[in-house]
Amino acid sequence: MTQRNILMFAAVLGLVLFEGFTGGWNTALGILNMGLISAVLALGVNMQWGYAGLFNTGIVGFVALGGLAPVLIALPPTPGAFNAGGLGLILAFAVAAGAVALAVVINRRARGAVRLLALPVVMVAGFFAYRALFDPAVAAIEAINPSAAGNIGGLGLPILLAWPVGALFAAGAAWVIGKTALGLRSDYLAIATLGIGEIIVAVLKNEDWLARGVKNVNAIPRPVPYEVDLQSSPAFVERAASFGLDPVTASTIAVKLAYTGLFLAVLLALVWLSERALKSPWGRMMRAIRDNETAAAAMGKNVTRRHLQIFIIGSAVCGLAGAMLITLDGQMTPGSYNPLRFTFLVWVMVIVGGSGNNWGAVLGGMLIWYLWIKVEPWGHGLMGLITAGMADGSAIKAHLLESAAHMRLMTMGVILLLVLRFAPKGLLPEK
Amino acid sequence: MDILNALVALLNFVIIPASSYGAQLALGALGVTLIYGILRFSNFAHGDTMAFGTGVTILGTWGLQAMGVSIAPLPTALLALPFGIAVTALLVLGTDRAVYRFYRKKKSDPVILVMVSVGVMFIMNGITRFVIGVDEIQFDDGERFLISAKAFKEATGLAEGLSLRSTQVITVVTAVLVVWALFWFLNSTRTGKSMRAFSDNEDLALLSGINPERVVAVTWIIAAGLATIAGTLYGLDKSFKAFNYFQLLLPIFAAAIVGGLGNPLGAIAGGFIIAFSEVSVTYAFKKVAGYLGPEGWQPDSMLQLLGTEYKFAVSFAILIIVLLFKPTGLFKGKSV
Amino acid sequence: MSFLDASGMTGGYGAADILHGCTLKVEKGQIAVIVGPNGAGKSTAMKAVFGMLRLRGGHVKLDGEDITALSPQERVAKGMGFVPQTHNVFPSMSVEENLEIGAFLRRDDFRPTIDMVYDLFPILRQKRRQPAGELSGGQRQQVAVGRALMTQPKLLMLDEPTAGVSPIVMDELFDRIIEVARTGISILMVEQNARQALEIADMGYVLVQGANRYTDTGAALMADPDVRRTFLGG
Repeated sequence: MTQRNILMFAAVLGLVLFEGFTGGWNTALGILNMGLISAVLALGVNMQWGYAGLFNTGIVGFVALGGLAPVLIALPPTPGAFNAGGLGLILAFAVAAGAVALAVVINRRARGAVRLLALPVVMVAGFFAYRALFDPAVAAIEAINPSAAGNIGGLGLPILLAWPVGALFAAGAAWVIGKTALGLRSDYLAIATLGIGEIIVAVLKNEDWLARGVKNVNAIPRPVPYEVDLQSSPAFVERAASFGLDPVTASTIAVKLAYTGLFLAVLLALVWLSERALKSPWGRMMRAIRDNETAAAAMGKNVTRRHLQIFIIGSAVCGLAGAMLITLDGQMTPGSYNPLRFTFLVWVMVIVGGSGNNWGAVLGGMLIWYLWIKVEPWGHGLMGLITAGMADGSAIKAHLLESAAHMRLMTMGVILLLVLRFAPKGLLPEK
Repeated sequence: MDILNALVALLNFVIIPASSYGAQLALGALGVTLIYGILRFSNFAHGDTMAFGTGVTILGTWGLQAMGVSIAPLPTALLALPFGIAVTALLVLGTDRAVYRFYRKKKSDPVILVMVSVGVMFIMNGITRFVIGVDEIQFDDGERFLISAKAFKEATGLAEGLSLRSTQVITVVTAVLVVWALFWFLNSTRTGKSMRAFSDNEDLALLSGINPERVVAVTWIIAAGLATIAGTLYGLDKSFKAFNYFQLLLPIFAAAIVGGLGNPLGAIAGGFIIAFSEVSVTYAFKKVAGYLGPEGWQPDSMLQLLGTEYKFAVSFAILIIVLLFKPTGLFKGKSV
Repeated sequence: MSFLDASGMTGGYGAADILHGCTLKVEKGQIAVIVGPNGAGKSTAMKAVFGMLRLRGGHVKLDGEDITALSPQERVAKGMGFVPQTHNVFPSMSVEENLEIGAFLRRDDFRPTIDMVYDLFPILRQKRRQPAGELSGGQRQQVAVGRALMTQPKLLMLDEPTAGVSPIVMDELFDRIIEVARTGISILMVEQNARQALEIADMGYVLVQGANRYTDTGAALMADPDVRRTFLGG
């Protein structure tokens, strides 16, 4: 790390500390924890963009898919759900996979009229067979205690296990998209990922059997102690008192700090791995491809294959971040997966931080998250100042005050454009 | 067997809605494909350009309504369209000057321009919300129906009603007129030909004395016009909500790619292909099948391939199929 | 005073010069041909004449007027026509539209010029409604030359017009080029097929490493044993 890097990180840390002293440590740690998750996300996107120039506009989908993992891994099983429809679901998915595999084989082997006829027949027949198995299974599962469950439930395993699983989920989706859209014009990947992002979120919102859809899943198990348990532990209360804190404040801070530790460990491990990878022969090849695709291809490098690799790895990191996010929230609310917030905000983080630079992505993630949180109250404050002279109750004043809520989208857009134009290398340029 | 009623149901629930939706998508895709053909990037801000244009048109509509101007039975919004187009054109021209031109002069990679358009999208989104808010707005003040289901049933004696909303007819008629005007412009005017030439072969167009900045400006103006018209028609047909226009981006891109990016004819075909697939895949054919089957028989299931909440999956699936098998699109597009 | 006088041209794309004091002159209504080995800077010399390359030394004069500082577009307006080697038509536009775009800057009636081009290349009249991208290689070259003629240039520059066409089509093209020259238009042409090109050339320039090696009439160069041995394959 250069002196510049250290200064920059010290500045961000200073912002968090400032928040702690002025707005309370609870808020400050909240911002820090989300900032760390944002940094992981930005790291994943930076791999795709900074190492390979791939424009992924469906980050929200990979994050959401990763978020599914804690639900499916850590939640206790819904009693009777598996017996009711589990087998049906498995069969349905097996049929679907079989149909797709058969279609792929036909597409590769068959020629001419056979291919033209057999392909749709297999796909359509497979779809109806899938629906025939899938629909009753779903109905059976959703009928079980719909007010509290109505979903397949989880495996009841430790939640930390869900993090790598979330990464795997996202990697799987990335493989499908990458296989299709990579190797074509760069715009096409952007458009295809935009689609998969919307679809994954739609699935999470509507498939109640999976994660209860918009009914949300609450009380996802935690990897850290609960506040109530801490408050009832005499040892903890005593320790808190020795710091001069009341037990309630101390317990919330302690829990948040525990999360901070976990996230920081993941983040540092990822940065370390990425830095190692970048300096390895593999990383050198990636950079060679990015800097001159034509030349790399001429030298016999399989550019599309490398792009697929990096696209999958980057998406997996996004999935990991998604799982971490749900773990922190303790609940799954598919309605909150907004593309502006989870896709385009991450892009601002990567670009501002410095595309291609891992530390830059981390810095951008934390800094932009801080701004994202703070711009709204600032906007309200600014509008309050602007409208201070206006008569109370005037329509313009009401409109201006109301529109302050939208200021942060615009601010992010302006930041993105300004950085792209005047400092395209970002805060921490790649060497 | 009751073919007549089945046909009416099909018309009512699939063909008519898909036609007007297809016309809206086609106009949107035309804008995307024109910008791609001339400026060579996929404009992610197009959905929000539509939203902005519609928002301004709504403001104009309110203004006209306040002045008591009306063109009943047509919706006042049609009268406000030129105002909306003009303001939107000014905005995109300003955007081009302030943002895109720099990257064009630098001959930046298309993907950079795509990303820049994302930044523009953010800002336009913010401006739209600022100007008109995030609430759902109904601004159709014209005659609601040309044919109402009730009147149709009474007149024909059929069990199935057919309703034809005036916005649907207005959409299709406007789209036909706009497309006709656009093709006349592209094929018969000096400026239109210079745009096609520029899209075909930029260097040779420069050698022939075509002014690139002029071509680009005209393209933006036309794209603004198409976006405003498409957005207003969509808003009249359904309702105006800023976020819906962002979600239209995917079907619009799919339409443009299915037809072949950069090919105007393809964009129109693509719009209708996407719309008809989307509507028919998410429509429950239970009723139609019931009419077609033997007397008194009803199918057990809804005969719906996908729930309407997955309508975007349809555009996406078509997009993926086209990318897999024919990345240049059904009509020959610019490049892979 | 030659109609085109490009003297002492020195320059290149980056830091290194490609042209070293190269001189090209064409008289009114005559054909000048640039030949030379690969990498001799033939196309670069052509581009320098047309202003697609910044010169560090030398000047370009057209009809006595110094145009060294003008952009390619401005040179078109001054009476230069340029036919690039590749990508020289608008593929999705019809033959006639290609010609119309060629006349983009003209405000007068250009119908007679289109008819003139059709008289020169009768096949184009037949295919006027067909997209240029669907034509054969030779026909496409005709469209490309036709497009350049639409500005009524006084100097027509052709960058390897016969690249990739069959020998028969090549002869045909050369015949047409001679016809164009007879109407008083000066021609400057880069050619790979040196022997055939020199046969129709009034003036020949043999370039080597960005400088003039031999300069003489076409016939004289053909007769020069040195030129024959080194550049025409015996």
